[in-house]
Amino acid sequence: MELLSNQILAGIATGAIYACMALALVMIYQAIGQLNFAQGEMAMFSTFMAWQMIHWGAPYWAAFVLTLMLSFAGGVVIERLLFRPLAKAPILTNLAGFLALFAIINSVAGLIWDFTIKPFPSPFGSSPFLGSRLVSTHQAGMIGVILLVLAVLFVFLRFTRMGLAMRAAAAQPESARLVGIDTNRMIALGWGMAAAVGAVAGMLIAPVVFLDPNMMGGVLIYGFAAAVLGGLSSPPGAVVGGFLVGIIENLVGTYVSGVGNELKLPIALALIVIVLVVKPSGLFGRQEIKRV
Amino acid sequence: MMVDASRKAISDAPPSDADAARTMRLGTGTSLVILLLLLVAPLLVKNFIVFQLTTVLIYGIAILALNILTGGSGQFSLGQSAFYALGAYTSAILIEHAGVNYALTLPISGIVCFAAGFLFGLPALRLSGVYLALATFALAVATPQLLKLGALEPWTGGVQGLVVDKPDAPFGLPVSQDAWLYYFTLAIAVAIYIASVNLLSSRSGRAMMAIRDNEIAASAMGINVALYKTLTFGVSAAITGIAGGLGAIAVQFVAPDSFTIQLAIALFLGMVVGGVGWLPGSLVGAAFIVFIPNVAESISKGLSGAVFGVLLLVVIFLVPDGARQVAQACRSVIGRRKG
Amino acid sequence: MSVRQRLRIAVLVAAAVAVAAASGSALARKAYDTGATDTEIRIGNIMPYSGPASAYGVIGKTEAAYFRMINDKGGINGRKINFISYDDGYSPPKTVEQARKLVESDEVLLIFNALGTATQTAVQKYLNGRNVPQLFVASGASKWNDPKQFPWTMGWQPSYRIEARIFATYILKTRPDARVALFYANDDFGKDYVNGLKDIFGDRWPKIVAAEESYENSEPSIDSHIVKLKDSGADVLVNISTPKFAAQAIKKAAEIGWKPMHLLTNVSISIGAVMKPAGLEASEGVLSAGYLKDASDPQWADDEGMKAFMAFADKYMPGANISDTHLAYGFAASQTMEQVLRQCGDDLTRANIMKQAARLNDFAPSTLMPGIKINTSAADFAPIEQLRMMQFKNGRWVFFGDTLAAGAID
Repeated sequence: MELLSNQILAGIATGAIYACMALALVMIYQAIGQLNFAQGEMAMFSTFMAWQMIHWGAPYWAAFVLTLMLSFAGGVVIERLLFRPLAKAPILTNLAGFLALFAIINSVAGLIWDFTIKPFPSPFGSSPFLGSRLVSTHQAGMIGVILLVLAVLFVFLRFTRMGLAMRAAAAQPESARLVGIDTNRMIALGWGMAAAVGAVAGMLIAPVVFLDPNMMGGVLIYGFAAAVLGGLSSPPGAVVGGFLVGIIENLVGTYVSGVGNELKLPIALALIVIVLVVKPSGLFGRQEIKRV
Repeated sequence: MMVDASRKAISDAPPSDADAARTMRLGTGTSLVILLLLLVAPLLVKNFIVFQLTTVLIYGIAILALNILTGGSGQFSLGQSAFYALGAYTSAILIEHAGVNYALTLPISGIVCFAAGFLFGLPALRLSGVYLALATFALAVATPQLLKLGALEPWTGGVQGLVVDKPDAPFGLPVSQDAWLYYFTLAIAVAIYIASVNLLSSRSGRAMMAIRDNEIAASAMGINVALYKTLTFGVSAAITGIAGGLGAIAVQFVAPDSFTIQLAIALFLGMVVGGVGWLPGSLVGAAFIVFIPNVAESISKGLSGAVFGVLLLVVIFLVPDGARQVAQACRSVIGRRKG
Repeated sequence: MSVRQRLRIAVLVAAAVAVAAASGSALARKAYDTGATDTEIRIGNIMPYSGPASAYGVIGKTEAAYFRMINDKGGINGRKINFISYDDGYSPPKTVEQARKLVESDEVLLIFNALGTATQTAVQKYLNGRNVPQLFVASGASKWNDPKQFPWTMGWQPSYRIEARIFATYILKTRPDARVALFYANDDFGKDYVNGLKDIFGDRWPKIVAAEESYENSEPSIDSHIVKLKDSGADVLVNISTPKFAAQAIKKAAEIGWKPMHLLTNVSISIGAVMKPAGLEASEGVLSAGYLKDASDPQWADDEGMKAFMAFADKYMPGANISDTHLAYGFAASQTMEQVLRQCGDDLTRANIMKQAARLNDFAPSTLMPGIKINTSAADFAPIEQLRMMQFKNGRWVFFGDTLAAGAID
């Protein structure tokens, strides 16, 4: 039993990383109805900006806040410059645009900051949390921040005019325009917020996995899995999905004899596909209604 | 959503749906000119460029397979590298361990991949749009790990991969290995292209496109949606598998590192650049993914990734519908002249 | 004819023959294959400048800078080096394309220090079939040392397998009843190490090895593996991972209070790029077996070889991160290439390149550790076969014991 509970705890600790990423992915999905393949790279770039500021002597929280603001602005700029012109293009073309952005950001970050890993500070320290060697104070802090971001998003999307307008603009752009919502502004806002949430995710993930231009490659895959498992239309679902993926992966690695360790990711992914087959819109997603 | 997207990609195209079948292919004259160019090309260039052209044809076949899936039935896959890998390994293992003739391994790879694609198509039935994209993405991510599996190592060579012998031209034909392989690949590519065009303009093809355009309406018309969707997945996987088998023979090597998600992404980009659902665009897309990275690195080594990204953005900004859009523009210009 | 006359004629004839031979050899001394001329030597190289392994791209950049320096100094035996390096994105099919481009289109004399095990395996047969030297492959696989089957292929760095044997021998010697936890990358690099350990542990494997965990490069964090390994009760950790994961492992082990005897692969011993990020305190006591000097290690500040390297880096790679050991690696590999070309003199045929590459004698590049020398022979295509055991203490690596050679272990 101790092994089981240990593995679940360790799974929650890694799951926090996936949950962060999944939350950022769902945020952009809420705004534009698409998955941003460059989300991880944007988050990585934001984290490098924060690292550079701290390196230059800025205090952590100042760098944190400034990075959030810069990332928000960066998200808006990317939307205006790159994706506004593609708004009328087919969505698969947009997806190609995300992949192009991925390549550009990764390559530029590599040129500026090179590929050696860099330690990124954590405001929560890294000692054992409540005496548990499985969860560090950083990971506990990370979970706390995720829940905080989630609460803010929930209130924003559910109870503010702007949040409602944003959801409407994403779900029914034409009807939203008819009722007087400036959908272009909403989309830009969505990009900015997604970039900012991504920056938070990046700054929380970096202390665990170290900062380098390729740090988000693996995280993105797990983030996708988590977001899909939870349901793309549900921010809380994405977070729960993140923890579930972390736990499932660890349990598969421990208890599936023989190939478990070698194949823990494929088996975890297969389990997710099975969940999707049973619940095609994820655990917490809304079933979409098709019109004829 | 992604399915809507592919639908949009097709319905946005200027020609009306009335001649949908015609928009899937080129006119006979144009086709023959391109074929002629492909036939004489190896006589004019160095062997290594012949090899590059062979690679273009092979990726072209794989992109064509993706076009059949997306353009045909509106399903979308980011997992084509998995079927490509399965085909490549099937051919490589048959050649190296069973001594099967390379040409004979290709239909076997096709059959194996058809079965795999059909089986994967079953759960895929329940998924649509972005969820399907991610399920197939998961497949692509898992592929290298499955290939590395210790239990399969006696056949796959594990992380070290398998070296495959390159075939000589048969019957003592006086052509180099590269030229022979090129013509061999070209023959298969042409056969697959013609078969695909015929498939899509047949009754089954129209059924597939009806599903793409509106699934519920199609099923109301009495089309067995589930059967056609899984069959399309199977056919697409089979063609991808043949391309994979050819890839193994041309590269003379298979290893898990050859079939990462990067390959799936490259094939996807090739489809977009060529024009989603437009079969002749597959060749243009394949040329893009083979040659543009070389152009990018000749511009800047340190920033080759960024240059590639910028070039890709330029293409999709200028022609969001890819090569298909260029072809249509050309056609309308020529049409105006004639008129 | 008198004896004296005969003698005189004989002497004259001999002299004539000698002169003829001398002038003849002077003519024969200038011999070229494709890729070499009186003024230029074309060298090909393939690196993953893009894609997931782009961290290694800096090796190619260092080498390009090194040959720029050589050219500024007048080249090698009066010939400028034309270093042509292409990107394969770490994908074997692309490697084949680029290798063929180098050989058939750019017409290089040889391929030098191209990176990767799978990628270079993909072109090994092609290059050997065309008699193009595949020199100093940048991979630690043991397969590059096979002159009988692949006479045109030669590795450079110590093979992973040799290092693993050194580790295994050290464990058996210092802790005969050790319980070993094995943490390794699930790829050719990790598997080669495991094979090396198996060579030494043999039948005792199940008794010695308490737990094995392999990881994939796509995993964001490997923390849970370390937790599991600790739970196995092992008192020795053999850590075969690339820099990012090595740093994570060192950090996590310290965080959970696990202090095993920690043996770390020399792939990941950079102070600036691994030990410092992981935490100097957490890294204290880690053992490894090295061959390269680390520019971020203060003990080399006054070292002559390191000074040469720093002067090079300052002038030709301004702004580069010198704590990245790939720079020191590229520098030493380029020096080895330079040495081979100098030895070749004016006979720049591919056959002579391989002959001279197999005749390196106690050659010591500037960034190799003191005592480690490159030796090759017709039967030995493994240039670096020595390593030195060392321990991380107070922010630097401290050597102990003798220089260990592969031969001593077998």
